[in-house]
Amino acid sequence: MSEFATIFIGMVLINNFILMRFLGLCPFFGVSKKLGSAISMGVAVTFVMTIASIVTWIIHHYILLPSDIAYMQIVIYILVIATLVQIIELFIKKTNANLYFAFGIYLPLITTNCAVLGITLVNASEGYSFSQSVVASLGAGLGFTLVLAIMSGIREKLELANTPKSMRGLPIAFIVATLLGLAFQGFGGMI
Amino acid sequence: MAKFGKEFAKGIIISNPVFVLALGLCPALAISNSIDNALGMTLAVLIVLLGANVIISLIRRFVPDITRIPIFIVIIATLVTVVNLIFHARFPDLYESLGIYLPLVVVNCIILGRAEAFASKNPIINSIADALGITTGFMTALLMISFLRQMLGTGSMEVFGIHFFDLPVLKDHPIVMFILPPGAFLIIGLLMALFRRTGVLK
Repeated sequence: MSEFATIFIGMVLINNFILMRFLGLCPFFGVSKKLGSAISMGVAVTFVMTIASIVTWIIHHYILLPSDIAYMQIVIYILVIATLVQIIELFIKKTNANLYFAFGIYLPLITTNCAVLGITLVNASEGYSFSQSVVASLGAGLGFTLVLAIMSGIREKLELANTPKSMRGLPIAFIVATLLGLAFQGFGGMI
Repeated sequence: MAKFGKEFAKGIIISNPVFVLALGLCPALAISNSIDNALGMTLAVLIVLLGANVIISLIRRFVPDITRIPIFIVIIATLVTVVNLIFHARFPDLYESLGIYLPLVVVNCIILGRAEAFASKNPIINSIADALGITTGFMTALLMISFLRQMLGTGSMEVFGIHFFDLPVLKDHPIVMFILPPGAFLIIGLLMALFRRTGVLK
């Protein structure tokens, strides 16, 4: 059990996808202005990450490794993720209209989100077992949502702040990310 | 030839992929902790971008509009696989230290962005110039960031085992933060602000 807790906490706080691994920066700097949309984006990413981890784990261990074609990993993963996002979108549209509207435009955007490909590659390179991969992807998704939500709160305050002209927009967002990153660096001693 | 020069120069300053377009931030931040890594990533991006631009420019008349994105992605993913295999065989140290960021070149927005915005509409010579220019711009940005990070974070300048110089105080007391992830955010934020302030970039 403690092994799962280590992976989970490690993914949420210590190796946070946005602040420590720089994955999923586009939504971090682009989308995160409202708390609501930050959380919707986070939940959608977590959902897709978890399903992508499950599917790619099965493909990796039952197709790629037995046939000795592990070097095809990148091509297969990117195709699987792109297809998966389409299928999930269709499925949600048919079965749960409310959820579909809640996810809105965020689902299709996820295909090109490097965080999803990132978690599948991390799972493969760390050699996680099936249940470890699921825990890792849930943790990575939660960490992503957490940082996106924190950033949206700071962004709201920043809108009203009197920032120097040359720092407005992206530069100040980077400085905020630096401070957040330093704070998260403090979690490093937890494990 | 003048056109070639123009397409080449554009990528370095006016549409510098990292500082102006804010594309490819993930590799620019993640592997800019040493100059070795920055040069390795530049080589990977050069091979993939040049290959993708050439192939896509050649097939641009046969690709149906509706399926172009999946086709581009498969071409890029294949090139990234090739680069991965080359790096694994030839530069094992670099392959180790680039880690998952080497396969992640496949979702680097610079490459799909150039394929979609430029190579799918332009003849092959211009596409080559575009790829070279954008890669040079990417390299310039990466070298600036990694130079500052390595210098402040370790206090010594070493590129591929060749020792250049040591900084007097920083050598013994390096500011470790700069080689850790937050340092990357700080350096890129300050550089962007500096470029805006001095009017190099708008």
